[in-house]
Amino acid sequence: MLARLNVALLGLLASTLSFAGDAISATEKQPLNLHAIGMFVLFVSMTLGITYWAAGRTKSASDFYTAGGGITGFQNGLAIAGDYMSAATLLGLTALVYTKGVDGYIYMIAFFAGWPIILFLMAERLRNLGKFTFADITSYRLNQSKVRTMAAVSSLTVVCFYLVAQMVGAGQLIKLLFGLDYNIALFVVGALMMVYVTFGGMVATTWVQIIKACMLLAGGTLVAVLAMSQFGFSFEKMMGQAVSLHSLGEKLLFPGTLLPDPITALSLGLGLMFGTAGLPHILMRFFTVTNAKEARKSVLYASGFVAYFFNVILLMGFAAIIIVGQNPEFFEGGQIGGKIVGGGNMIAMHLAKAVGGNLLLGFLSAVAFATILAVVSGLALAGAAAISHDIYARVIRKGKATETEELRVSRFASVGLGLVAIVLGIAFEKMNVAFMVALAFGIAASANFPVLILSMYWKGLTTRGAVAGGYAGLVAAVLLVVFSKSVWVTVLGNAEALFPYDQPALFSMPLAFLITFIVSKLDNSAEAQAERAAFEDQYVRAQTGFGAAEASSH
Amino acid sequence: MSTTASQNAVYARIRKNPRFAELVSKRQGFATLLSIIVLVIFYGFFMVVAFNPNLIGQRLSEGSYVTIGIAAELFMFIFFWVLTAVYVKRANGEFDEITAEIVRDASKEVK
Repeated sequence: MLARLNVALLGLLASTLSFAGDAISATEKQPLNLHAIGMFVLFVSMTLGITYWAAGRTKSASDFYTAGGGITGFQNGLAIAGDYMSAATLLGLTALVYTKGVDGYIYMIAFFAGWPIILFLMAERLRNLGKFTFADITSYRLNQSKVRTMAAVSSLTVVCFYLVAQMVGAGQLIKLLFGLDYNIALFVVGALMMVYVTFGGMVATTWVQIIKACMLLAGGTLVAVLAMSQFGFSFEKMMGQAVSLHSLGEKLLFPGTLLPDPITALSLGLGLMFGTAGLPHILMRFFTVTNAKEARKSVLYASGFVAYFFNVILLMGFAAIIIVGQNPEFFEGGQIGGKIVGGGNMIAMHLAKAVGGNLLLGFLSAVAFATILAVVSGLALAGAAAISHDIYARVIRKGKATETEELRVSRFASVGLGLVAIVLGIAFEKMNVAFMVALAFGIAASANFPVLILSMYWKGLTTRGAVAGGYAGLVAAVLLVVFSKSVWVTVLGNAEALFPYDQPALFSMPLAFLITFIVSKLDNSAEAQAERAAFEDQYVRAQTGFGAAEASSH
Repeated sequence: MSTTASQNAVYARIRKNPRFAELVSKRQGFATLLSIIVLVIFYGFFMVVAFNPNLIGQRLSEGSYVTIGIAAELFMFIFFWVLTAVYVKRANGEFDEITAEIVRDASKEVK
């Protein structure tokens, strides 16, 4: 089967070679990059090989959702880093530092600071209480149907928005990097994602993420080291030149347009920090390790890799101001300071080419593609788990579905999500999808995080409170983003935004907490009493891990 | 989530063990302390960004391009990571030993 897939894929790539000839239609399309395609084919062959191997080991539901719970802390740390750092991280943040300087660094610390909090407040309880999805935790002592439905709805909303943002980015990026047609790029990404997830489940997804994380760390480091060597590895020397050459000048060192007012800054900080702690595909990674010990180690390694890589990106961004920003080769028409060839997101790629030639450009392009595949696979798996484990097995079949039936549904769900991702990716091609990531983090912070943290810490939480608060957070986050400038003005074409900020978390997250709290307090039903009483046992299990899901033996 | 009667008996035992209360208060206290340190520094920094952005761009010394903002952020990246290492070391060592002891005692008594 694998050989046939490989052949099919090569056929797909070969057929696109003929497309390269008529690249006139799409102005941004780049000539075919053979180094990149070669390295990408190598990566795909390797990951398909792993998927084949993983398919043989994916027999039970636990294998499919959590790789049997046998991943080590170090492996999971790499996989989390691979899951968390998307192509937007590599390309978008490098471009942000290039254009806005220190603003980019401020953005990165907000992306990072959620990790220590996840470790201190959540990691061990997640592992001790959860099994396959985070709804296992929120519904632990509450009404299974209602709470799981709510968790699945908000998970799927987060997954869909995040997936669309990744797919549209992927299509445009691949068009630029590989010279492939946008729609074909989406089919390649969607098809590979379906193969990884459907056949290889969490085992394959984990290894795709691990390989990708290693490639990303190596590629970024190499580019940064080569770039820094041009300044004798002196940060001062590089910054001196960057400040004197950049159009912002000294302003490069000050916070600027990205955080125009205190509320935007605060809301962004909240949304990124607690959004991280509510992303279903990230939370799911905590169930793949053997025990709480390994869960804690995962965060230690993951946050180390993320912190390291963000600082590499800072160096890349500043170095690019001089190396890319002063080279006419990278500007349309050779006009320095004009439009960047391929658009602003290509800064990291141009830097790779400037310091390491076509070979390094090819490698970094393959890294970017691998990054997209790893992230969409993690998302698809989390979405499939919400559909099959939460909705099908627990809500529809009330826990009476056999493992075979549940697995079958999860595979159909993976294929379904792949198709949805391709269709939505094509539908949103021309749209600015930047708001979708803000929305995904906003919903995760407002709908998932409050209920999850209260279910672990607060005895008084009841089903009614959780459901009311969860839906309130979800609706509030979606509405605020719809009314914000990025949708209300940019997408819908209205004159003025009804909600003046881009990130909703500062408003929707406290609202979710408040409603959950009030409704739970007012709930005096018999069920509520029982739910409060059940907290004691849950608490002991959360603290000690006694009774927690064990790793399946292989 | 269904639990068996014997499991519930163990949970009840654990709850009665004074060592359990000790573990929880020690570990929770430690985790809360570290969280507060991270949150205060992080949001403190964001408050400076929001209300006194000029401070961020101040240079540490004359002629140097290392600003207060860059130095503070690099410090946060390193310090927060060191805090995670400190927590993991203590939780995986000291706290997990107490946990294992409590679970062992409770399981033994039930049987």
